[in-house]
Amino acid sequence: MRRLIAASTVFLAVTPVFLDETPAHEWSGSVAVEGRLFPSDPLFPEQRSQGVSLSTQPEYYHEWAGGSSITAVPFVRLDSADDERTHIDLREFFFLWVPEAFEVGIGIRKVFWGVTESQHLVDIINQTDVVEYPDGEDKLGQPMLNVSVLREWGTLDLFVLPYFRERTFPGPRGRLRTSVVVETGQARFESGAKAHHVDMAVRYSHTLGDWDIGVSHFRGTGREPTLLLDTSPSGDLVLVPFYEQIAQTGLDLQWVVEVWLWKLEIIHRTGQADDLFAWTGGFEYTVTGIAGSRMDLGVIGEWLYDDRGDGTTTPFENDLMSGLRLAVNDVASTELLVGVIQDLDSAARMFSVQGSRRLSDHWKLDVEILLFTEQDPDELLFGLRDDDVVQLTLAYHF
Amino acid sequence: MKRLLCLSVLALFLLPRLAQAETPEEKGRAIAVEADARDTGFGDSTADLVMILKNRHGQESTRRIRNRTLEVSGDGDKSLVIFDRPADIKGTAMLTFTHKVGHDDQWLYLPALKRVKRISSANKSGSFMGSEFAYEDLASQEVEKYTDRWLRDEEYGGQSCFVIERDPVDPRSGYTRQVVWIDQSEYRTLKIDYYDRKNALLKTLTYHGYQQYLGQYWRADEMVMVNHQTGKSSRLMFENYKFRTGLQDKDFTKNSLKRAR
Repeated sequence: MRRLIAASTVFLAVTPVFLDETPAHEWSGSVAVEGRLFPSDPLFPEQRSQGVSLSTQPEYYHEWAGGSSITAVPFVRLDSADDERTHIDLREFFFLWVPEAFEVGIGIRKVFWGVTESQHLVDIINQTDVVEYPDGEDKLGQPMLNVSVLREWGTLDLFVLPYFRERTFPGPRGRLRTSVVVETGQARFESGAKAHHVDMAVRYSHTLGDWDIGVSHFRGTGREPTLLLDTSPSGDLVLVPFYEQIAQTGLDLQWVVEVWLWKLEIIHRTGQADDLFAWTGGFEYTVTGIAGSRMDLGVIGEWLYDDRGDGTTTPFENDLMSGLRLAVNDVASTELLVGVIQDLDSAARMFSVQGSRRLSDHWKLDVEILLFTEQDPDELLFGLRDDDVVQLTLAYHF
Repeated sequence: MKRLLCLSVLALFLLPRLAQAETPEEKGRAIAVEADARDTGFGDSTADLVMILKNRHGQESTRRIRNRTLEVSGDGDKSLVIFDRPADIKGTAMLTFTHKVGHDDQWLYLPALKRVKRISSANKSGSFMGSEFAYEDLASQEVEKYTDRWLRDEEYGGQSCFVIERDPVDPRSGYTRQVVWIDQSEYRTLKIDYYDRKNALLKTLTYHGYQQYLGQYWRADEMVMVNHQTGKSSRLMFENYKFRTGLQDKDFTKNSLKRAR
């Protein structure tokens, strides 16, 4: 740490100072209370029908005049229903150095790649924090060295990822889990180095007029484990995550045509039982000032395809997502996103509602609803068939 | 010599006619071009903004924003807007490359997801942060985005003004026309009336507390937008204006958008 600070002091001396006011020792973040209600009886007697949970995610940020900065974002959740959901994570804790035409980040970071809304195929750097919410948007902090080369011809990002983060899974008392509990303590790795295998990734991204393009390649421990049936030391049937060594190539494209956004993400992955080719493609169309109001309405349509079919570890092997996004554009920034993901090979369907509204300068209310209907026994979401959930989050932001 | 004299006499006769021959469109355009020329060369600027939204019952809500602008020669400006308050949107930032012709390029950074999202700038008539300002009201005002027409000269706020009408070129604009009061001595915009798509008076924007920077560039301390149809209003106050701070193209990229604080 001391060396880092010393290094940054050197850069301070050589980098021209352009903004005389930089954020110094800045604190922000949020504290939230969340209530979850599961209207249907659980499949298993140990599962709970409601839960209350407290979480906080403070953020510390300090920037030196040359543009170098340090960011620290711890996260804590205490959950009344599921011990696995009670967890701590360091979402971010990194030093960023910004010399001319480069960006060098060292520490624990979050990185997002991709363009689509329904799922994020290309996004592979950070592990998914599944216990937070099943939509895959919450991520665990990833230790890394990241060098970005910023040039006229685009941005080249190089990643060295020296430590692997295992996926979180709900515990026996938790809802929104597989019928057979995932025993994370028994996780297995293809690599002898286990979580210490050094993963590598590279990504090129560029904007060409109305096109945003990204091409990426990842080599290392797969973020999406294969779940193997096994027994626990106490003799219970459990699922054990198995993390293979994979290679994944990804492409993401977005094209802006007036009020249309056309999006495509494609991945090819090798290293798991079957090679995988998957893509998500679609559009987002936005109308402003609907019916003479100041509200914006967005229509989203995406097709999700995965060539492994029923053998997939994702529930979306041939599905259609359609959604409506309403932005009221009022003082409270009221927003509503309603979506349906329909399986094209069966009647299985998942409804999702996400709403948010600011109550005051510091308080915000979020509502999230997930409904699972007509799930087939051979569908991955079958275990969630009685886990319709209504979640209310009241957060204080500072 | 004699012929030259003859010519100049002829020219004297012709001159007033030439001036008369300037159509209202040409005069309007000339005023817009001159106003733009006078604001050219500022390089870059930064400012802290406070926006107060007021509903028709007088209830107020405050937003805090920071703005960084880079002048681009031959094209529209680049701008980076950083949102500070309310606290739930802190860290959200927007990058815009304005273009003289065609749509602007725009990206939004969502800090919770670390996601930079390209957004459509075609929806320029949308409300900016729930205020009475539309995105297009706050965007870099390029001459090429309007067709102009001089209407008349008149006094406004104790100053002699040109009154010009400008029609947005883009059919996706929320307005059929804007009527703009520009003072004749310094070519500063003092007031704009916005007419909606049905050509009814929608909003009035007034500029207050103009100050001159670097001995040339005028910036208002306050802009007040009143919506005549809803009774709501928004005040936008500018503090800490700084010019030629050394901002460069590299401070207006998707990477710098993620870093923006």
